[in-house]
Amino acid sequence: MDRLKRRVEQFIALALVLDTLLTYIFLYLPIGVLVLYSFSASRYALVWGGFSLDAYRRLLTDPEIAPALVNSILVASSATAIATVLGTALALALERGRVRWHRGIEILSYLPIVIPEIVMAVGLLLFFAQAVRPLLSIGGLSVSPLPTVIVGHVAFSISYVMVVVRARLRDLDKSLEEAAFDLGATSWQVLRRVTLPLLAPAILSGALLAFTLSLDDFYVTYFSTTGGSGFKTLPLYLYALQGRAAIPPQMNAVATLMLFTSLTLIALALLFHHRIRRA
Amino acid sequence: MNARILLWPGLAWLVLFFAAPLGIILLISFAHRSPQGIVSWGFNLGNYLRLVDPLYWTGPFGNSLVLAALTTIVCLILGYPVAYSIARRPAPLKNLLLFLVILPFFTNFLVRIYAWFILLRPEGWIAGVLRSVGLDLALLGSPLGVLIGLVYGYLPFMILPLYATLERLDVTLVEAAHDLGATRWQSFWRIILPLSRPGMIAGSVLVFIPVLGEFITPKLLGGGKVPMFGVLIEEKFLGRVPDWPFGAALAVTLMALVSLVLARYFHQVKESRWIG
Repeated sequence: MDRLKRRVEQFIALALVLDTLLTYIFLYLPIGVLVLYSFSASRYALVWGGFSLDAYRRLLTDPEIAPALVNSILVASSATAIATVLGTALALALERGRVRWHRGIEILSYLPIVIPEIVMAVGLLLFFAQAVRPLLSIGGLSVSPLPTVIVGHVAFSISYVMVVVRARLRDLDKSLEEAAFDLGATSWQVLRRVTLPLLAPAILSGALLAFTLSLDDFYVTYFSTTGGSGFKTLPLYLYALQGRAAIPPQMNAVATLMLFTSLTLIALALLFHHRIRRA
Repeated sequence: MNARILLWPGLAWLVLFFAAPLGIILLISFAHRSPQGIVSWGFNLGNYLRLVDPLYWTGPFGNSLVLAALTTIVCLILGYPVAYSIARRPAPLKNLLLFLVILPFFTNFLVRIYAWFILLRPEGWIAGVLRSVGLDLALLGSPLGVLIGLVYGYLPFMILPLYATLERLDVTLVEAAHDLGATRWQSFWRIILPLSRPGMIAGSVLVFIPVLGEFITPKLLGGGKVPMFGVLIEEKFLGRVPDWPFGAALAVTLMALVSLVLARYFHQVKESRWIG
């Protein structure tokens, strides 16, 4: 009986290891296949035709890739800059200041994280098409896709920056700020010389998160540009390539390059985080 | 410090570009469809009455609800043992294993879906292996293919909260159970599993909600043959025959469903805190 019990326990332990192993294979198999196929010589993205760098060469000559890349970087950097400032300020106000309707503002600032992305995207589409554009056209003005997309990206990034900064602010030793006040510092001085330097790592992680989310975003960009016909970021470019009847090989190359860019960014972020911790 | 100066820019942005758009969805969901498929202002409940049509419930809504539930269950079954065995490793290995779970998800969603597109197509490896054992399954363009893509996309949202609760679990309780003669199976079933319930619930909510609104995975891996909530919404706004007011009513319905799930979740969290 005891032997049977031991056997069962050994079996469960083995099954646990096997399940974990299989899950890791499940996680990494598609990525491996993608990288492999980016070096295929075939004229079609989904056929293996021997090793070559053709896909990467084709990518360099694709006229659509450069504008998509530029748009992505423009949108992500402007949205990150605005959202980091606004999100940090919002976190400070909610955590340190006395604010009216505190609970309501708090809920509003968390909502963009929990609401399905597609709902927010549809809202922005309708807002620009039915409210902003008609209003601007009265004054003979129009709105171009770039600011439209940036506005939407800021709207969801603010919440993420706020959450990250606020968590750090809550853990922060208040006595340091109180000491500065006692020594006669103005509230602006305390903010600039004490609170913000202490918050710097959290603000940086918030900014990094906002940048990643913006680079990655599909829904808001796609809907607020009504299908991205005239304005493409990298995700929209990928989506358009995948919609073609025969997917061209540069699809594999651009996907692989995006993969390695994200991995490099993450490695850098981790390295930076490690340095800060050690210092 | 004057909190108002810090507060108002961010708050104004959220009100103007987040709350107001949500309000406009609600307004337009009561409007009429203009001949171009866009908006002709007015008030009617017609868009909501159309939702009662059983065709939607056997089609997109049903698919979304069933696939969201299946994705949650599969993620739970796949993710629990992984989270459990990561939580039991010594510190450096633990962090590495957890990092390896999250790493693929820093890459673009479309890149990951596309990778599955290569794997799942009829001439791909997986279909070949399945055929060689006598299983001729359609993967691409079928609910099964969409399910695989969804599980892949949302697995870490299940593993992370599970890991968080399992890692913080009080080991002395398990040891006490062993001392009192419980088998490992009993201590798992009676102690570890009930104690990890908060993680299971949080993970399920984090998977279920975004899957309900999914559009890219069913569009690209379902090839138009697996209609879902998100796909229908996109079609009503950017498809060939647009109907913005009806699309707005769909978005409001999706929001209502999500709020229901969230309300239920927060209720549960409150209650378990009450007990704990």
